[in-house]
Amino acid sequence: MSSILPVGAAVAAPGFRQRALRHRSFVIGAVLTALLLLAAGLSYVWTPWSPYEMDIAAKLQPPSSAHWLGTDVYGRDVASQLLVGARASILVGVIAVGIGLVVGTALGLLASARRGWIEEGIMRLTDFSLAFPAILSAIMMTAVFGPGIVNAIVAIGIYNIPTFTRITRASANAVWSREYVAAARASGKGTLAITLAHVLPNISAVLIVQSTIRFAIAILAEAALSYLGLGTQPPQPSWGRMLSEAQSMMWQAPLLAVFPGVAIALAVLGLNLLGDGLRDLLDPRLARER
Amino acid sequence: MSLFLFKRVLTLIATLIATSVIVFLVLEVLPGNAAQMLMGPDASPDAVAALATKLGLDQPAWARYWHWAGGLLTGDLGNSYAYGSPVSDLLLERLSLTIPLAVMAMLFTTVLALIVGVTAAARHNKLGDVGLMGLAQVGIAIPNFWFAILLILVFSVKLQWFSAGGFDGWGEGIGAGLKALLLPALSLGVVQAAILARITRSAVLEVMREDFVRTARAKGVTQRAVLWRHVLRNAMIPVITVMGLQFSELLAGTIVVENVFYLPGLGKLIFQSIANRDLIVVRNCVMLLAAMVVIVNFVVDVLYAVIDPRLKASDL
Repeated sequence: MSSILPVGAAVAAPGFRQRALRHRSFVIGAVLTALLLLAAGLSYVWTPWSPYEMDIAAKLQPPSSAHWLGTDVYGRDVASQLLVGARASILVGVIAVGIGLVVGTALGLLASARRGWIEEGIMRLTDFSLAFPAILSAIMMTAVFGPGIVNAIVAIGIYNIPTFTRITRASANAVWSREYVAAARASGKGTLAITLAHVLPNISAVLIVQSTIRFAIAILAEAALSYLGLGTQPPQPSWGRMLSEAQSMMWQAPLLAVFPGVAIALAVLGLNLLGDGLRDLLDPRLARER
Repeated sequence: MSLFLFKRVLTLIATLIATSVIVFLVLEVLPGNAAQMLMGPDASPDAVAALATKLGLDQPAWARYWHWAGGLLTGDLGNSYAYGSPVSDLLLERLSLTIPLAVMAMLFTTVLALIVGVTAAARHNKLGDVGLMGLAQVGIAIPNFWFAILLILVFSVKLQWFSAGGFDGWGEGIGAGLKALLLPALSLGVVQAAILARITRSAVLEVMREDFVRTARAKGVTQRAVLWRHVLRNAMIPVITVMGLQFSELLAGTIVVENVFYLPGLGKLIFQSIANRDLIVVRNCVMLLAAMVVIVNFVVDVLYAVIDPRLKASDL
């Protein structure tokens, strides 16, 4: 059997849970990621105050028992905005990574299965798309269609595609050269059947790890785009836009510029640590130098 | 070497042409009538038609592309709708800020990443290594624009050592110019250095296991000399690869950070032009940034061959 284990096998392997619980990065990452999901989930049923309700009389208040993280320039509760802001981060992360994962993996599998000029063409296309960082794509889309979260998601999604294509192709090529694939071929299985039955399950660990890391990058990109006014639009709270609003109030209320940044950094840190942990646990060959 | 270079230059040209076609299609063909966009929905059809003729929009798309591509080669990019001045002059003026900013940031990134990466590798699995890599992990998670805001909070709001933004131009002296770019370059460089430091550490650890390192040590070369002279040079291939990839992130970062510090660079120009519906400027800015990324990737490819001739040989 190959040294690459399908994810199901790795997770079902004896001792996976014990190994996972002993892995420091994985545990910290999983806790931080769970907190992010919890914050977003909680915001649907409960927030300390309405994140949209303005109260100019209570503007720029420091943290207190009534407003745990204080209020912004319009008197809105910062803690409530942070909770609801987690939704935008997760929404963008899930859809943008989904676009990259589905399209990128399909292209990578196709390149690996077909080889020849199809592989060459797809790989040159991924090289070429590196010329457009997410912000540049988002700027082009905003210039044409106007700002909005959908454009931001599509731009970040497109930016994710070449990464997944490259990783899928490289990992799939390794699987195609295995003996059990040759055996499947000899037994009369077609390219599509081998791709679905052997290649895809064997590269799923790599894809899961990559998805976690790209999720973190998507959160950073969404925050940057929202900061620039190209992402989530008012009145929907988003961490990036909270920072942009806080910047003009830095002299009066410097803490306003701290909390959303901490939220972004903790979310990204959590996902990165989770990705590192999963990489070590699911596929020891990929474990980075420790 | 010449065949290798020839192949790479051909790829570069093909990529640049493809990039220009995409930029043209998205920013010139997709928006439909640029004259209508420029004049707003309430403009009279006659006025829109007159402006369209003046801007050459009555020509077919391929003719407009040809005209634009020719202009890219000769430097004649047309006139900005909003500023009235030639787009090439605007770009040059803004580049005089963006390029020094990107170079300064890359310099901070490289110096910091090499020092942290090599130091961590030399103390592999000891407290220093764990501490530095923990810091790098946090650094990767920090958005560069938030780090920029934190720098403003500390150095401008609290300590008042630097202004919170703005740039008076190089006419005020190189010292004043560099001072204005110091915090923006730091905010870009430190975050990128966190990523590069991890790559440097891995690459250095990999090379440290090679036989020639043991030989050098056996000869009596000091640990420091082995690390900085023998190991680092051989560990540079993955480091330069990532630096090349980081350059595009860095350029994207300058767009954001210029907005944090109110710097009149290329990033600020793009946003002003989007607000002004000045699509001709947006199109040329985007093309310039994309071309810079493509050209840096080309330079990185060629640099590999200079550093490691084996790569060139295998490519032929």
